[in-house]
Amino acid sequence: MKSIDSYLRTRFMPHIWCPGCGHGTVLNGLIRSVDAVGLNKNELVMVSGIGCSARIAGYLDFHTLHTLHGRALAFATGVKMSRPDLTILVPMGDGDALAIGGNHFIHAARRNIDITVIVLNNRIYGMTGGQFSPTSGCGIQATTAPYSSIDQPFDAVQLASAAGATFVARTTTYHVNELEQLLTRAIRHHGFSVVEVLSQCPTHFGRRNGHQETVEMLRHFKEGTAKVGSRQLAEQVDLIPRGVFVDEERPEYCDQYAEVIQRAQAARAGGAGGEEPQ
Amino acid sequence: MARTAIKDIVINQEWCKRCGICSTFCPKDVFETDAEGTVTVAHPEACIACELCERMCPDLAIHLEYEPPAEAPA
Amino acid sequence: MSASGSTATGPRTVFVQGNEACAEAALYAGLSFFAGYPITPSSEIAEHLSRELPARGGRFIQMEDEISSMAAIIGASLTGSKVMTATSGPGFSLMQEALGFAIMAEIPCVVVDVMRGGPSTGLPTQGSQGDINQVRWGTHGDHSIIAITASTHQHLFEATVRGFNLAETYRTPVVVLFDEMLGHMRERLVIPEPGELPTVDRLRTSVPEGVDYHPYLTREDGRLPMSDFGGVHRYNVTGLYHDMWGFPSTDPAIVDDLAHHLHDKLELRADELASVRTYGMEDAEVVLVSYGSPARSARQVVHEARLNGQPLGLLELETLWPFPAGVVRRACRSVRAVIVVEMNMGQMLRHVKAAVDAPERVFLSNRVDGRFITPRDIRRVLRIVEGQGE
Repeated sequence: MKSIDSYLRTRFMPHIWCPGCGHGTVLNGLIRSVDAVGLNKNELVMVSGIGCSARIAGYLDFHTLHTLHGRALAFATGVKMSRPDLTILVPMGDGDALAIGGNHFIHAARRNIDITVIVLNNRIYGMTGGQFSPTSGCGIQATTAPYSSIDQPFDAVQLASAAGATFVARTTTYHVNELEQLLTRAIRHHGFSVVEVLSQCPTHFGRRNGHQETVEMLRHFKEGTAKVGSRQLAEQVDLIPRGVFVDEERPEYCDQYAEVIQRAQAARAGGAGGEEPQ
Repeated sequence: MARTAIKDIVINQEWCKRCGICSTFCPKDVFETDAEGTVTVAHPEACIACELCERMCPDLAIHLEYEPPAEAPA
Repeated sequence: MSASGSTATGPRTVFVQGNEACAEAALYAGLSFFAGYPITPSSEIAEHLSRELPARGGRFIQMEDEISSMAAIIGASLTGSKVMTATSGPGFSLMQEALGFAIMAEIPCVVVDVMRGGPSTGLPTQGSQGDINQVRWGTHGDHSIIAITASTHQHLFEATVRGFNLAETYRTPVVVLFDEMLGHMRERLVIPEPGELPTVDRLRTSVPEGVDYHPYLTREDGRLPMSDFGGVHRYNVTGLYHDMWGFPSTDPAIVDDLAHHLHDKLELRADELASVRTYGMEDAEVVLVSYGSPARSARQVVHEARLNGQPLGLLELETLWPFPAGVVRRACRSVRAVIVVEMNMGQMLRHVKAAVDAPERVFLSNRVDGRFITPRDIRRVLRIVEGQGE
């Protein structure tokens, strides 16, 4: 592969994330998958929102658009609709994607617009200091849940699947080979792709919830997850499934809009393509 | 194609934040960590080039350098 | 309005709603991407463009809300498209967040706000001019913005085209504001021939590939040439304070420079950006200051007054922001009285008072009941101001 550095804006390194933060591992895997797909940097647009996850955009030497909390997919939709030939990557945090950006998330999935979303799920709002997020779940200690959280969590995979995403997968920052493989498949997939990556926040999640060390959180990803379809998962129902959950072909939004243009122009030309709408 | 031999394992100490992931998960104990968390390559000969350290490193601070592929016999 | 049967060139005379006039003007100006969400009384703009844009090779998308509509046009603008969204008060409130982003990141875009009565859901199907100050101050933080309006369909067409030109020239959002009455009223519109009205294209950088391009380094003439996403220059765009490459910075010198740049690039050009129309102002002793559909009634009052030999004039504002204070001050110098005619509680009144030499001689003729301001309403205030009782 080309060197990792050739994809980075190295002048901003070392990065902003805390020691042991999983987001750097996702950046690492993402670069490898972009290299594996063989994309030219000028064809890549990364659109991010707000939070620790969003900072990925600043380090990558692509066209980068660092937007508003939760709104990255709405900005990305505008970029993609206007230039369907470009490849769009959207890293999002769990709060970014599923709380403030929940509506944009499900509607982008519904349209099946060709965008690759990476949900970096660390179950906490890290940048603002450790408040609980929509994936924290019940019983979690957070700076806004001092008596432990009573909020039920979202399952990003189920949400994306139900909303209509045509490629949905989950992995963790421990399973780095799987991470590269799934991101590569997601980028290649023609349609709305979501890869949820369980990522560790030792600073704000781990410290308050019984994990003193980064490596302990990674071991938890190793031991607490199992591959979809595996015997292990069938036997231990409390394990979190990893792998590909949805991989299907459905008409992509920009392709469909190209047909709308054809119909409109045929109607205007008085051709057989359709009638002028009233 | 068989993997060519490891030439070097380079750690960018400027980028490394000393989280300990590489030394903990290396299957062959290639790394050593001092009291301050600074990681060094103590046993490069033990490396099996699994790339786990390079891929897991959240600081993108480890790079495996390979020997150039040997020329095919004439 | 249907374009069928029309010729591709030559002026076309049509009988349309103000909303359709605005949409046609956007197409004339080169609109190629529209994102929007249905809301009364602006929906006809989206409907018209959903039909016309694809027929002309452009793109239309109905988003999930106004937040995403505003965001989507910013994304599309960065690829080089001329973009617009349209809404009304409640939707415009939701757009404030991304509107601020467009101001900070200097993204050319046009936002149409067809004003209805507020606050909140207010009066969805009736007119108001209640959003005037929201346009100026709706998004947080110090900033400046361009807002323009008009009182007839023909003028609205010209103002909308001008809005696109200003957005491209100054790399800023431009808000085209008009009220429900203008939006839904039908009247004659002559769509000019291509080339008849000037249109400004995106200024793109001449910096070649491989040479350092600074997306936020102002040229000597104050302009910032752009590079399309997908092109040879890869840079960063952010809502954070940023350096000349677009990367976040908290350096006090960089922050101070950018804060002043965003404010000054428009506020110091207030005279240059001012567009007004005058009626009977040459020797006016009493001046009506108005904008949007109330200016139609004000014109009627001036017309009748002139027939009776009364020295009444009308200063119709088409640029609302930056407020044309210099033009208003000069026009109202040495007049006996100024009456601001508007459909709100006096949102422009205070700015007119602040601009003129004698604020105690500035009065208000307004309605906030969702009904049109009639010539009779204005004449009633005029009589009181002239000391003639009701």
